[in-house]
Amino acid sequence: MTGQKLARDFDWVLICLALAISALGVIEIHSATQNTAWQNAHLRQMAWIVIGIVLMWIVSTVDYNWWVEHVPAFYVASLVLLLLVGIFGHIGGGARRWLLLPGGASLQISEFVKVVLVLVVAYVLGELPRERISLSTLARLTGVFAVMMLVVAAQPDLSTALSYLPILAVGVWTAGIRWKYLTAIVLLGMLAAPIGWYSLKPYQKERVVAYMDPESDPRDTGYQAIQSRIAVGSGELWGKGFARGTQTQLSFLPTPHTDFIFSAYAEESGLAGVVVALILYFGLLMKIVSNAQTAADNAGMYMCMGVAAVLFFHVVVNIGMVIGRLPVTGIPLPLMSYGGSNTIATFMLLGLVNNVRLRRFTN
Amino acid sequence: MSAYPNGTRKASDVQIAVFQYVVALAFLWLLSGFWQLQVQSAHVYAARAEQNRIKSLAVPAARGKILDRDGRVIVNNSPSHKALLSRASLNPEHLQLIADGLNIPFERLIANLKRLETSNAPEYQGAILKETLSQAEVAFVEAHRSQLPELKLIRSQRRLYPQGGLAAHVIGHVGEISDDELDQDAFMFYEPGAEIGKAGMEREYNDVLTGTDGRRLVEVDSLGRERKLFGTIESKAGHSLRLTLDLDLQVVAELALEGKKGAIVALDPHNGEVLALASRPTYDPNKFIGGISPEDWRQIQKDPEYPMMNRAIQAQVAPGSIFKPIVALAGAETGLLDDNFGVSCSGGALFYSRYFRCHAAAGHGPVGLRNALAKSCNVYFYTLGNKLGIDRIAEYAELAGFGRTTGIDLPNEQEGLVPSTKWKLRHYVEKWYPGETISVSIGQGALTVTPLQVAYAIGGIAMGGVWHRPHLVAHEDRRTLRPEYETPDPIAAELNKQHVESIRQGMWAVVNDGGTGGRARIEGYDICGKTGSAQVASTQFKQRNEDMELKDTAWFVGFAPCEAPELVVAALFQGGEHGHLAGPMVRDVMKSHLDKKIRSRWTQSTPPSPREATRPVAHTAAAIGRQTP
Repeated sequence: MTGQKLARDFDWVLICLALAISALGVIEIHSATQNTAWQNAHLRQMAWIVIGIVLMWIVSTVDYNWWVEHVPAFYVASLVLLLLVGIFGHIGGGARRWLLLPGGASLQISEFVKVVLVLVVAYVLGELPRERISLSTLARLTGVFAVMMLVVAAQPDLSTALSYLPILAVGVWTAGIRWKYLTAIVLLGMLAAPIGWYSLKPYQKERVVAYMDPESDPRDTGYQAIQSRIAVGSGELWGKGFARGTQTQLSFLPTPHTDFIFSAYAEESGLAGVVVALILYFGLLMKIVSNAQTAADNAGMYMCMGVAAVLFFHVVVNIGMVIGRLPVTGIPLPLMSYGGSNTIATFMLLGLVNNVRLRRFTN
Repeated sequence: MSAYPNGTRKASDVQIAVFQYVVALAFLWLLSGFWQLQVQSAHVYAARAEQNRIKSLAVPAARGKILDRDGRVIVNNSPSHKALLSRASLNPEHLQLIADGLNIPFERLIANLKRLETSNAPEYQGAILKETLSQAEVAFVEAHRSQLPELKLIRSQRRLYPQGGLAAHVIGHVGEISDDELDQDAFMFYEPGAEIGKAGMEREYNDVLTGTDGRRLVEVDSLGRERKLFGTIESKAGHSLRLTLDLDLQVVAELALEGKKGAIVALDPHNGEVLALASRPTYDPNKFIGGISPEDWRQIQKDPEYPMMNRAIQAQVAPGSIFKPIVALAGAETGLLDDNFGVSCSGGALFYSRYFRCHAAAGHGPVGLRNALAKSCNVYFYTLGNKLGIDRIAEYAELAGFGRTTGIDLPNEQEGLVPSTKWKLRHYVEKWYPGETISVSIGQGALTVTPLQVAYAIGGIAMGGVWHRPHLVAHEDRRTLRPEYETPDPIAAELNKQHVESIRQGMWAVVNDGGTGGRARIEGYDICGKTGSAQVASTQFKQRNEDMELKDTAWFVGFAPCEAPELVVAALFQGGEHGHLAGPMVRDVMKSHLDKKIRSRWTQSTPPSPREATRPVAHTAAAIGRQTP
């Protein structure tokens, strides 16, 4: 594929939407970290974005079929890396999630696992015939996911582990699942819920309780939820302006540049800014889905749907938390939250989508 | 090139369409959340955001200073820091660190917090951990701002009382308002935790001394650090209160009482101004600031000498012989003391089949009023009292102000007791036996008085029958501070000048002509006086309880100069045994008054300049110098 053709067929709308969201993120990171220890976070975030764009381009240039064919190797490599993180990893936020690279940078391997899992779905489901998914395939796919999720959950990073589930779910859904299987899964899930509750760590239970009734524990998790709602609500229609959100600037809002960046953004730019950002995210998701619809083959379609699923999950869980409609979790907002691994992984996912789009007419 | 040629694509359009709808619905759900927060409830959250960041902090106003009559500072303020613990955001794990940093015993800190927890105090009301922080402790709080966000500094004005308990009973002290006081009308606008005057002048003139707190409107961050100042309402310091007290006399009175139990009151009989009022043992009012520590409080409460008691207005004891001028006045005014009245003292006399002794066993021989006062002859006054009867004695005692409060501007003044037939009937439902009158006529029996009453009574007689209400704040000053104040009229009685003169002469002889009060004599100053020693218990009781402290009470009351009195001083020396031992106390106070008069005559005739007035003189310098810096 020539460079000229590559440039012409690139999904520029998708890129522009992603860059627009990233720009909002960089601006808000800058606003939220002024005069704090994180002063230069917005500059670093820009560096991550540039690296992400480069990787997106690299991911786009190699035919996705090549990526899909080699997925077993990537899968095994990720598992090995995750185990290495578990043994030698750097502890941050109470969990062993970070792999320190020479030069001081640290990588959160579990973020890049998303890219691998999107390819895994394409690998397993791509060659299947037209019929609905068979029970054995479902079991095989679930098993592959379960191993990865267990390893990540053991770090312990339940939020990230759970964020893999939508890739599987949407993949299976798109492949076509029999109603009886679906019913069975839903019933099993409902039965497993109480067991899951008992296996939760105390801080995780607290979060769920605080979500149900934030005023019950206004000091900790509930405090975060309350302060986030106050930040959002007090932004009103037009916001308080750049660097003028009192909740953000006076640090009433927790982690305003990472998990709660959308609260800071909503406080300073108001409902007007929120609508703009939501439209951009919705546009981005719809664009990814449209690439699934125009994909040349099943593998491409599953890849796009997988990307859409994982991004959709992140956006809903994070923003739902910001407005207090979902419990407080450590799920970042893709393209806006400060963070290298998540930003780069997101651009790599978008690279996969572009890859599919570039090869939609190939035959 | 592709392993998946076109045409093998699955028809997943329906599933993808469902996904699109799900995404759209989810986004609408999110949007509705923002609508609800940012439009429907926006005002609620805007208000909460403002509440978060804007705090209105009280700027405590300094209390007014307390000055002596010459403008010398007795009670001052010094800027200080308090440590406030916000109980709502308290992390119990920090308590040990806080206790160490502020040098508070850990157990006391816990006890303090527990007490607040069990009280009805709302949680947002913080706990004052320490009233006056040292520089190192202030530095500790500032260095741990982010680590201990619950710990805050409050700037305040600390009350600075003279050390050693000087004038403690007059000044009183401040302390945190109690629950009972909060229910009183006088404190209806006060909030829990407020500092109010608890005793003495601090209590009596609390409204005058209390300033108006200011407020600071500030922006704070989540750690409570001030980021921006929106505005201030300046606090207004309380009015200074100038007392009639003369520090020179006060210090001398305090020194005269050092190590003793008793009181000294010095009045200007012309107007009732109190020049000195001292009581011993005393206490250190500085210990009460910000709540007295339990150890200190226990120590004061357990002290058998009751150091908090203001003996000048609260000690109710028998006057003994200093009551004799009143009996003499009653005799003279009722006409009993005419030229025919004469008594020969043989060391005792028989009344109603009981033998009453004179203190001189050999007797005084034939005595007239002058000698009876000078030698304090009991038999003379037994005889006179017996003729007068209790009710006439009571009439003149009450005229002189006994048996009721003088109305001085100090809280909790005691009345003393003047027995009469009516009193006995009312309280014992028994008739008065004439034999009881004999004891009362020499100031014993049921009769009790306070030192202030003694100075007031004798001062009024010395003035020829004009009694001015004693007060610690001059009438004109008080009118300025409280416009509704009305100067009380003096109580005047039309006394025969000659009668007053003969009592005066008798009291002159006490000091200057071989009387019992020779020790009060000052060369070149004409002092009249009267000694007194009152029995605490009967001789028999004393013999049975030898180990008990039952020494007689010594009294002395004097005024000077005799002809035109400008000063009356009463001294009570409990356990002093003999009246003549109280004499030197009165003499010391009078001497310092005289010295001051001579000094001011030497320096100039015009009133002293304010600069000079604020400079403490001679012996006061020593006392003032002991104030904490």
